[in-house]
Amino acid sequence: MEYFVQQLINGLTLGSIYGLIAIGYTMVYGIIGMINFAHGDIFMLGGFAALILFLILTSVFVGLPVVLLLLVMMAAAMLTASLWNWTIEKLAYRPLRGSFRLAPLITAIGMSITLSNFIQVTQGPRNKPIPPLVSSVYNVFGISVSLKQILIMILTVSLLAIFWYVVNKTALGRAQRATEQDRKMAALLGIDVDRTISITFVMGAALAAVAGTMYLMYYGVIVFTDGFVPGVKAFTAAVLGGIGSLPGAVIGGLLIGLIESLWSAYFTIDYKDVATFSILAIVLIFKPSGILGRPEVEKV
Amino acid sequence: MTETLLKVHGVETYYGNIRALAGVDVEVRRGEIVSLIGANGAGKSTLMMTICGSPQARTGTVTFDGQEITRLPTHEIARLRIAQSPEGRRIFPRMTVYENLQMGASLDNLKYFDEDVEKIFALFPRLKERKAQRGGTLSGGEQQMLSIGRALMARPKLLLLDEPSLGLAPLIVKQIFDAIRALNKEQGLTVFLVEQNAFAALKLCDRAYVMVNGRVTMSGTGRELLADPEVRAAYLEGGRH
Ligand SMILES: Nc1ncnc2c1ncn2[C@@H]1O[C@H](COP(=O)(O)OP(=O)(O)OP(=O)(O)O)[C@@H](O)[C@H]1O
Ligand SMILES: [Mg+2]
Repeated sequence: MEYFVQQLINGLTLGSIYGLIAIGYTMVYGIIGMINFAHGDIFMLGGFAALILFLILTSVFVGLPVVLLLLVMMAAAMLTASLWNWTIEKLAYRPLRGSFRLAPLITAIGMSITLSNFIQVTQGPRNKPIPPLVSSVYNVFGISVSLKQILIMILTVSLLAIFWYVVNKTALGRAQRATEQDRKMAALLGIDVDRTISITFVMGAALAAVAGTMYLMYYGVIVFTDGFVPGVKAFTAAVLGGIGSLPGAVIGGLLIGLIESLWSAYFTIDYKDVATFSILAIVLIFKPSGILGRPEVEKV
Repeated sequence: MTETLLKVHGVETYYGNIRALAGVDVEVRRGEIVSLIGANGAGKSTLMMTICGSPQARTGTVTFDGQEITRLPTHEIARLRIAQSPEGRRIFPRMTVYENLQMGASLDNLKYFDEDVEKIFALFPRLKERKAQRGGTLSGGEQQMLSIGRALMARPKLLLLDEPSLGLAPLIVKQIFDAIRALNKEQGLTVFLVEQNAFAALKLCDRAYVMVNGRVTMSGTGRELLADPEVRAAYLEGGRH
């Protein structure tokens, strides 16, 4: 029993990270119907930005409180990732809007390769370690929960609450949903559609950067290829949850985290990805639009 | 009263290589109600959308309130207070009635929302009953009311209505036309509307244009056009009541 709960907690932590990345996929897909393949690399970039800031800060100031350190790392990661995503949207995706559907997708794959190669060249091809920042572990009824895990989960829940609020209750969120549902009508009502799309890319990147920072802190190591596998998993999470749906992205992320850690715990770790993707396939057979995806029934 | 608010001059609009407007001249003066009638495919909706910059005119100019707007992006044209209830209504399907109305008021950041939404609800009590319902599940007529209401929420200087009576019961049509007349008389709202119901449109308006194959072929006061034998033959006979 303890072992099971332990794996549950590990799974939820991992799932939180996937969920945060998945939100960026799902928001961008929702608003412009494009799969931003470079999103996983934006996540990796965020991790590297956090690492670099850590190295700078710890060499300049000695004995900085960990909370402050983490906050500044996260802010730097968010800024860097947002700036990148904003720029590639403007330079690479926007000019292709309105051309055939595969064009932005192929461009996004190109951006993904560019980004990971850029990091490989500038940061080197090897694993970059970071010393443990938060190492407390609590023991509750024989289950060990680390402070890192608690931090990740609290952060995920808070960010979700903020995002839910922005999307559902603010003028910006309304503009985003309007743009998603009928771009031309949104413009007729005075919404700057290009700007709204830019902001969506920035928001997605900021969340991915938080996830990147958490990932770095959790595993203590990052490498230039780290955008790929977590990126694909998060994309899977978005599809599993129902692409276009915010809560779906998180539920999908948590599910994939859970499947992975429970499978690794009880079966063979080598097949954990097979398990994940099999479940994705099964869900999609029975519910093609994903768990919370909307079947298209509206009359317009 | 005679000051020009909107002037469309020599406008040609294309969809790819297809020319939908072939040199259109139209003028709407401040405080007027102007109707545009014409057969299906004449280019009426294209003209409405060209005024809003989507698509933009390839040649010719559109001037609003003394400013040329031909090349402005659509959202900037909207910010000059040109509001449109477009063809097909274009209600946001996954937003509630209330949110759709909020979208209409986004120019002022909802500053006058509470005050204005009550006016819309007074005009269309049906919308008040349905306020929490998703736009996509409204009936066609309800969507039409919402589309007009949403356009009014922008506090427009110029209201463009593309077939406001489409799909509505006669009683509601009368209500809407009465409301347009009242807004025009009481608040001086300028209205430019496209109608299939030529009889009602010509009776409502101060002046009207007739469009055929992307060109304006006739214009005059509503009364003149109502009496014109050609107009009667093409747009009124048979479809009188
Ligand atoms: N998006 C488009 N792409 C290509 N052609 C178009 C497009 N929209 C309209 N057209 C063409 O332009 C012409 C004018 O269309 P428009 O919708 O302006 O007519 P309309 O007068 O509003 O007709 P209706 O009374 O049926 O609404 C038509 O021949 C139509 O087929
Ligand atoms: Mg039309």
